[in-house]
Amino acid sequence: MNTLKIIKYQLQDVIRSRWIIFYTLFFWLITDALFRFGGSGEHVILSLMNVVLIVIPLVSIVLGAMYLYNSREYIELLLSQPITRSSLFSGLYAGLTIPLASGFALGILVPFAYHGGLTSEAAAGVLFLVFVGILLTVVFTALAFSIALRFEDKIKGLGLSLVLWLFFAVIYDGLILFIIFLFSYYPLQNPVIALTMLNPVDLARILLMLNFDISALMGFTGAVFQRFFGSGFGMAVSLGVMLLWLAIPLSVAFRVFLRKDF
Amino acid sequence: MITISNLQKSYGRLNVLKSIELEIGDGAVTAVLGPNGAGKTTLIKAILGLVKPDSGSIHVNGTRLNGNSEYRRDIGYMPQTARYPENLTVQEIIDMVKDIRGNGPGTDEELIGSFRLGSELGKKFKTLSGGNRQKVSAVVAFLFNPGIIFLDEPTAGLDPISSSKLKDKIIAEREKGKTVILTSHILSEVQELADRVVYILEGRIAFDKPMQYLLDHTGETTLERAVAQMIQRSESLQADEKESATQVNNEKATHFTNGREAAGVKPATEANA
Repeated sequence: MNTLKIIKYQLQDVIRSRWIIFYTLFFWLITDALFRFGGSGEHVILSLMNVVLIVIPLVSIVLGAMYLYNSREYIELLLSQPITRSSLFSGLYAGLTIPLASGFALGILVPFAYHGGLTSEAAAGVLFLVFVGILLTVVFTALAFSIALRFEDKIKGLGLSLVLWLFFAVIYDGLILFIIFLFSYYPLQNPVIALTMLNPVDLARILLMLNFDISALMGFTGAVFQRFFGSGFGMAVSLGVMLLWLAIPLSVAFRVFLRKDF
Repeated sequence: MITISNLQKSYGRLNVLKSIELEIGDGAVTAVLGPNGAGKTTLIKAILGLVKPDSGSIHVNGTRLNGNSEYRRDIGYMPQTARYPENLTVQEIIDMVKDIRGNGPGTDEELIGSFRLGSELGKKFKTLSGGNRQKVSAVVAFLFNPGIIFLDEPTAGLDPISSSKLKDKIIAEREKGKTVILTSHILSEVQELADRVVYILEGRIAFDKPMQYLLDHTGETTLERAVAQMIQRSESLQADEKESATQVNNEKATHFTNGREAAGVKPATEANA
């Protein structure tokens, strides 16, 4: 019960804040512009995919950490009320992820709707894109929560959030390429699939690529990926791993929150 | 009624509270004093459940604190610095706390009037001045007629009129039999309000005396001087204890060396004497 009340007031607060408006407008303008530059629904989705994969993890992890650091005194005040720590935690988490996810979904779906993209064949594609974007949002806000609760120092926590984003979004792919180059004489398909699973951004990228049937662009590995991820089993495994990426950081954050001194 | 026994808390290597024993009865204003970093706020936060003690127990109105939250229904808290969601208006903040507490019978909104907060109710929290934020925090602390009220530096940042209104409120609540626990660095204010002074020094209770006793016993007219004298006394008492302890040790040592002398060993304590 109290969780819902906390969510209600968090939403009232967040919806009026500037950053969520900017975030929504950002996706709105980009989607609108891509349509105006003559893209069809499918082309727009492909272009948006790269934006989603870079921007959502970055914004979710940085804003998530900032949100917790800024709510510090507010959390103290709420904890002096007859509220359990678990309901406050769920209230805070939902109070951030709901506006972030809806801002993103709105920013993409509304321009799609008025450009007629939702009635075409691209409708399923854009819905899948929104789904993956929401998954990335909840995963990276959970990571942000576990970092911000673990590190008392705001600068340290924000720095670590940025480094983690950089690692997953940029460095990780470089490392995989380096491994492929280093062991180019060995059959690497399976290890590479395993490594891909360990990065939520890569996982999201592959889910999207397979869904849009552009894995051929990835050459030989693409075919291997197609065989694994394209199967029902592969899809289930990758979604399962993605959910682990949500569950593990979130439960770490939750446990820290229960024991933390405010 | 708050009973604290053997409360210990450390942050890493820093021992903030060292076996605190304290009982706070109803219907009195207790001031928790001490230098910065002595552990006052940590003590209050431990009672509120914000800080988890390493060992020891806290009972509030007979309930032992154990991660439960219901006992806080009878507690009002005004922190040193209050921050609410920035984009909520003052009225929304008050409604939120009411909502979370579940509208109990008879909320106490007297302070909104006496602080003249009426014109601020529609403003967003982020646009309020520091003093007005402090006032909102005071309103929330008294809102539910709690039996126990914690005030952490309540008048810091308040203008003289609001500050005296708040003091009137504190006195009125004490008359109603409420328990008020406050910290402050303004000792004249403490002297005006408190019935009892608990002085914390480096995580221990240095002394815990009724206000009148402090003034009578030290023969001072102001609390500031009385406290200073009490601390000097306890320091010299400690020094005496140390001295007598070292004397005992020296005596033991002398016995020991005498014994060794008898055995033909050269004494080494002469240089120390």
